[in-house]
Amino acid sequence: MKPRRQNRIWLTIVPLYLFTIIFVAGPLIYMFVLSFLTRDEVWGVVNTFTLDNYAKILKPVYAQTFLESLKLAFATTLLTLAVGYPFGYFMARLSAKWKKLMMLLVVVPFWTSALMRMYGWIIIFQSNGLLDKLLMGLGITEDPLKLLYSYPAVLVGMVYSLLPFMILAVYSSVEKMDWSYIEAARDLGASRVQAFLTVTLKLTLPGILSGVILVFIPSMGLFFIADILGGGKIMLVGNLIRDQLMTTRDWPFAAALSVVLTVLTSLLIRLYRKITHTTELEGIL
Amino acid sequence: MNDSILELNHISKSFGSTHVLTDISLSVRKGELITLLGPSGCGKTTTLRIIAGLELPDAGQVFLNGSDVTESEPNKRNVNTVFQNYALFPHMNVADNIGYSLKLRKLPRAKIQEAVKEALALVQLSGYEKRYPSELSGGQRQRVAIARAVVNEPDVLLLDEPLGALDLQLRRQMQLELKRLQKKLGLTFIYITHDQEEALTMSDRIAVMKDGRLEQIGTPAEVYDTPRTAYVARFVGSANVLSGTALRMEGANVIIACEGGTVMADARGCSYPEGTPLTFAVRSEYITLAASPVAYGIPSVITEKSFAGGMLRIAAAPTSDTASAPEIIASRHGIDSELTPGDSVFICFDASNAVLVESDQSSLAPEAGQSKADLSSSASAPDKGGRRL
Repeated sequence: MKPRRQNRIWLTIVPLYLFTIIFVAGPLIYMFVLSFLTRDEVWGVVNTFTLDNYAKILKPVYAQTFLESLKLAFATTLLTLAVGYPFGYFMARLSAKWKKLMMLLVVVPFWTSALMRMYGWIIIFQSNGLLDKLLMGLGITEDPLKLLYSYPAVLVGMVYSLLPFMILAVYSSVEKMDWSYIEAARDLGASRVQAFLTVTLKLTLPGILSGVILVFIPSMGLFFIADILGGGKIMLVGNLIRDQLMTTRDWPFAAALSVVLTVLTSLLIRLYRKITHTTELEGIL
Repeated sequence: MNDSILELNHISKSFGSTHVLTDISLSVRKGELITLLGPSGCGKTTTLRIIAGLELPDAGQVFLNGSDVTESEPNKRNVNTVFQNYALFPHMNVADNIGYSLKLRKLPRAKIQEAVKEALALVQLSGYEKRYPSELSGGQRQRVAIARAVVNEPDVLLLDEPLGALDLQLRRQMQLELKRLQKKLGLTFIYITHDQEEALTMSDRIAVMKDGRLEQIGTPAEVYDTPRTAYVARFVGSANVLSGTALRMEGANVIIACEGGTVMADARGCSYPEGTPLTFAVRSEYITLAASPVAYGIPSVITEKSFAGGMLRIAAAPTSDTASAPEIIASRHGIDSELTPGDSVFICFDASNAVLVESDQSSLAPEAGQSKADLSSSASAPDKGGRRL
């Protein structure tokens, strides 16, 4: 009986390992190795070890791109948190029927291509577009705002596309929270605000952090939003990697950039685990 | 009235179209341990939540120390709760949990530390300050929850089935400890339980609840010996409840035709004309089984004999065709009885041990008018049952 069972366990484990090696570990190792190789004159790579690719990242023009990306990612994360926390919090407090409906509304955008939805923002942001017409019609502004192809437009696009992740992460942690803790706090003399600050916030911290990671990491890499709403004027790490890979064809440099990005995000996840003592991210089903 | 610390004045509450509480009035004296006893769903917890301020009543007032606190926020009343699931903050250690209310009151650190230490000593958990709730056993969590609630020296301490999650042995021990604590601190306890034995053991007074109403309030002896309704008689100490019709008065007693026999019950100063339908309760320990016909008794046949914790439990069913009563239970100390299932016996009891009670039907009568009043007042209450947080 026993040996047969063990055999069967291997049958399920082997494909899993194979899958992980081929599709996860393999590309990562390939990327890592690639980042230490030298670029060939016109096309491809030469098998010569070098650290130049990493040294290149420190050049002001590229370091600046990293800094810009970090800044935008921070701003995006803060804004999604500011909007997403209350949203997720109140969504979790709704009755079951309304929760379902809200959940649907949060998820519905995913049914359309993200690219398509970005083009939608062009219609809103362009000169004399929907937003301008609305603002001018209401007499709030006199001239078109020229929002399209600007930093704020990219920021709005980022917040818009990543907000659902924050909402779902916060929602899931508030939903899970036992409300009797808040009642106990109130019973022991805490005002609503005090109870929120000392209990709710602490107990939903895993959700907040998980939302922060789910928003921060993609916002470092999303390049098409900066392309479409920034009009190529705003260069982020994601754009840089894409350009190095597709346009400049400097694969080793693109790989080095990717390695640095991967290390940065891994550090962030480690930090999350350290703070929350969990290994799972909240809000991912 | 003057020594009452808490007063509930005609409290009613509904959630949607369900009446959870109907016209609850209760006066709690300073320093007493009063139990709200009833099955789950009878409104005990809602009553407690209204006192704590976690729920708003649709009608009626709550007075604490003479002032109306019906509308006050929970943090504005000096009432603390020991929650059924303890609700210890999982992200705080024992000391921070207990010191939480003191910290909110901005007491100096040294003072908080001292109070926490004292509270821990009180519940015999000294040295557990740095532990987290997840590192404690059920009984220890229970003690921390009590320490957290008493450290604030509340006017009234509310306990919502605080021992419900503990095993029987620990339960017994904690019952005595809680009682000791209550007397020592001179605190007023409102204690919820569905366990009638626990209520009889611990309480100064018991308030028996049923379907959102107070059925009877009294000392354990009063509730046990002279239940007001058939429900109370059954729920507290599971008495046999029988009904019949009055035949005639005989001195202070009333003779009742019941289940094919004739029995005698103490009329307690009342007089019942012939034909009055009557319900009465007899505790199983007062029932004797006679082998030969007696003047007052119910002819029955033994159906079952079993041991129940040092008692012999004998079930007998009335044999008459017109009998409608379920089996009647008699209990005996010791284990010897020559009776066996199938034997014919006569069920007898002293008139003084048969307590006339209100039948379940008659206690339902005055409901109609009240529920109308409830509906009109609940319409203006906020949605979701007026939850306040």
